[in-house]
Amino acid sequence: MNAPSPTPGAPPRLRLEGISKVYPAVVANDAVDLVVAPGEIHAVLGENGAGKSTLMKIIYGVTRPSAGTLYWEGERVEVTSPAQARALGIGMVFQHFSLFETLTVAENVALALPGKPALDELAQRIEAVSQRYGLPVAPRRHVHALSVGERQRVEIIRCLLQNPRLLIMDEPTSVLTPQAVRKLFDTLRQLSAEGCSILYISHKLDEIQELCHTATVLRGGRVSGHCRPAEETPQSMARLMIGKDLPVCEHGPAASGGELRLRLAGLSHASEDPFGTDLKDIHLDVHAGEIVGIAGVSGNGQQELLQAISGEEIIAEKFPVQICGVQAGRLSAAQRRRIGLCFVPEDRLGRGAVPSMSLADNAVLTAARSAGLVRGGFLAFARARHFAAECIERFNVRCGGPQAAAKSLSGGNLQKFIVGREVLQTPQLLVCAQPTWGVDVGAAAFIRQAIIDLRNRGCAVLVVSEELDELFEICDRIAVIAKGRLSPVRPVAETSVEDIGVWMSGLWPGAEPVPADAEAEAVDAAA
Amino acid sequence: MLRLEARPAPSRLMQWCSPLLAAALTLLAGMAIFWALDKDPLEGLRYFLLNPVKDLYGVSELLLKATPLMLCAIGLAVGFRANVWNIGAEGQFMLGTAGASGVALYFAESDSALILPAMLFAGAAAGALWAAIPALLKTRFNANEILVSLMLVYVAQLFISWLVFGPWRDPMGFGFPQTAMFHDAALLPTLLDGTRLHLGFVFALAALAAGYVFMNRSYTGFKMRVAGEAAEAARYAGFSARRVVWIGLLTGGAAAGVAGMAEVAGPMGQLTDKVALGYGFAAIIVAFVGRLHAFGSLLASLLMALLFIGGEQAQQYMNLPSSISMVFQGLLLFFLLGSDVFIHYRLRLGRART
Repeated sequence: MNAPSPTPGAPPRLRLEGISKVYPAVVANDAVDLVVAPGEIHAVLGENGAGKSTLMKIIYGVTRPSAGTLYWEGERVEVTSPAQARALGIGMVFQHFSLFETLTVAENVALALPGKPALDELAQRIEAVSQRYGLPVAPRRHVHALSVGERQRVEIIRCLLQNPRLLIMDEPTSVLTPQAVRKLFDTLRQLSAEGCSILYISHKLDEIQELCHTATVLRGGRVSGHCRPAEETPQSMARLMIGKDLPVCEHGPAASGGELRLRLAGLSHASEDPFGTDLKDIHLDVHAGEIVGIAGVSGNGQQELLQAISGEEIIAEKFPVQICGVQAGRLSAAQRRRIGLCFVPEDRLGRGAVPSMSLADNAVLTAARSAGLVRGGFLAFARARHFAAECIERFNVRCGGPQAAAKSLSGGNLQKFIVGREVLQTPQLLVCAQPTWGVDVGAAAFIRQAIIDLRNRGCAVLVVSEELDELFEICDRIAVIAKGRLSPVRPVAETSVEDIGVWMSGLWPGAEPVPADAEAEAVDAAA
Repeated sequence: MLRLEARPAPSRLMQWCSPLLAAALTLLAGMAIFWALDKDPLEGLRYFLLNPVKDLYGVSELLLKATPLMLCAIGLAVGFRANVWNIGAEGQFMLGTAGASGVALYFAESDSALILPAMLFAGAAAGALWAAIPALLKTRFNANEILVSLMLVYVAQLFISWLVFGPWRDPMGFGFPQTAMFHDAALLPTLLDGTRLHLGFVFALAALAAGYVFMNRSYTGFKMRVAGEAAEAARYAGFSARRVVWIGLLTGGAAAGVAGMAEVAGPMGQLTDKVALGYGFAAIIVAFVGRLHAFGSLLASLLMALLFIGGEQAQQYMNLPSSISMVFQGLLLFFLLGSDVFIHYRLRLGRART
């Protein structure tokens, strides 16, 4: 891989000099220097809380730096708002999409553009851009009907329409199938070849190695190193990033013949959400001492399946969901917890934790009974604080202590807290959705190890994740969910990432013939 | 040019200053109204703010007026914290007066010490029953509790009118729409000789304390707060959304019912068709000015009681229309909602730079 050769004497596209951002409690960035050449794909690597997001927000004008200077194509600039950043030629694709589901693609794009563009003309421009960069999207479709990959394309097209000269991508591949990642990379390489610089934030070291020309590594708000990813190994980059060798998950063989902890016996459920996915005749067994993984592109019924298991959605009959031998289909989430279920949801803030409440209060949220945080109907504050403090310590949660509000934690640290809260209750059955979504490598390895340790202590674990590598790392058996149906379950040793990738399009042996549009998408994904 | 700019985080300072700012703006606007009506603004303020509390009797009247406000407000705050919007405390208050009056009239011959507790229970139960209607319709049919509880206020008013014009009318009352005066065993004892301040004030303080403990210390109160802050998290934790609606409405109804009981067994001494003076509606303002906290509700109900009494005095001594206290209440809520904008936004001078 060759870095583009900058025109001699041309100034860098973006240069940061001594950027610092000091918050009352924490120094997010400490004298950070960064240089991005025209056409360069530049990775910004770092653990959660290393200051990557703050730095990107400063570049995009969301946050003002406490000190330091920004140079844009050699000129000193102050970026005071995202609108100004866009006017300069800086575009950003956020990790969490900001699209209105009830509007069409063209309407969503129109909202981001200055003035009032005519929708018909805009639709043509969208089609032109989408063809040019291989980002197929129909401008008149409603966003709710789009897959996650398609939504990301809309976000990218929205940026590209403004002809950016610097595109910031925040964790762009965390929701894509392996095939879709390939296509995204092709698009990014084409952009780079046309002279657009790209700042690529990710924690997936192999992707950075494949895609990026240069990398700047942040640790604790400071630049801890620069490298050319092509000349490094994932291990050496991880060392720069976390200051030590990457912990490797220890994963012994699963204990066989454990008792049955979760049985889905022909679970069917029509989603109440008009944009949801109906579950169709799902069969699955999970035993004590094993980790079963469910792969799939998001929006294929994962949420509905998880809610039917957790009890957030109560189903019509008792028998299709059996937890620890109890027919639990009609039991509430609290009742299911009492028979030994613990659950880590995919949304942390607002579902797994109450944003404005302290960590101690958030411990009470699910551990009230199992950890004795309620006595005689009253909150036992000291015990809740103690439980939260133990969780913070054992799971290495970086925060201001048990009284810190959940919303003050970074995503990865809150995730560690939530996983810790559920694991510390020593469940019989742990159901985990996206356990390491958006979490840095160090924390992700830690969370995976915690899940494996729990399995080794005889817990049954079900993991639903969109990250295939993760599932292959920790699971004993794996299945795929597509269009609300579950594929056969295979031992991980007897399958491969490629096979599962194909299954993710709904094409597994014995699968029902797929309808035409699903087929088109499958071809699309495989292309 | 002035413009509003979103704050990065809600301002805690503004959260507490906003009620003070609203109170100050209400006073300023009030002075402007006096001035526009050709009255001396300073004299108006004197009648509104100082006259009511110039002696012990005045203070006792203020506390008397604040009693139903405190009771209604703390009950509503429990629901409001959980996003259960009971707007019908006025009707639940009226049902409380009817329940308590029913007991007093039925046992008119008895001197038993159990009459007052029975009236208290009947008042609370009747208020809760009235609030149970929106709760039932909300949990069964997802009917909007704001509309249902509000409309039931007018039903309650007609019900009270029917009672005092019909079956409960005092035969010796010259045809006035009112019941017979209650006998002594059905009247709450006064706390201070020479004043009208009665035991109901103690009920109100006890309700505030109970409300504080319930919301901040109990597990059920915790569930209510979670439901209000993040409904998804409540669902994830397995807290029943229906139970939250029931508790929120029944608590508000029972508290308003107790307030109604304290009114007929206290200063009124009988049931009339004018028993409700808008305490139930004013309590909504009180609950919000008091930030849905027990201590805040205490202060806010004192402020609101001051506006009620000050409005009466301004009527008497300054020849102002009776709606003046409603105007002040409206101003207070208006300015509070306006000031609350500054919790999430700040004012900036100059044009937005692009």
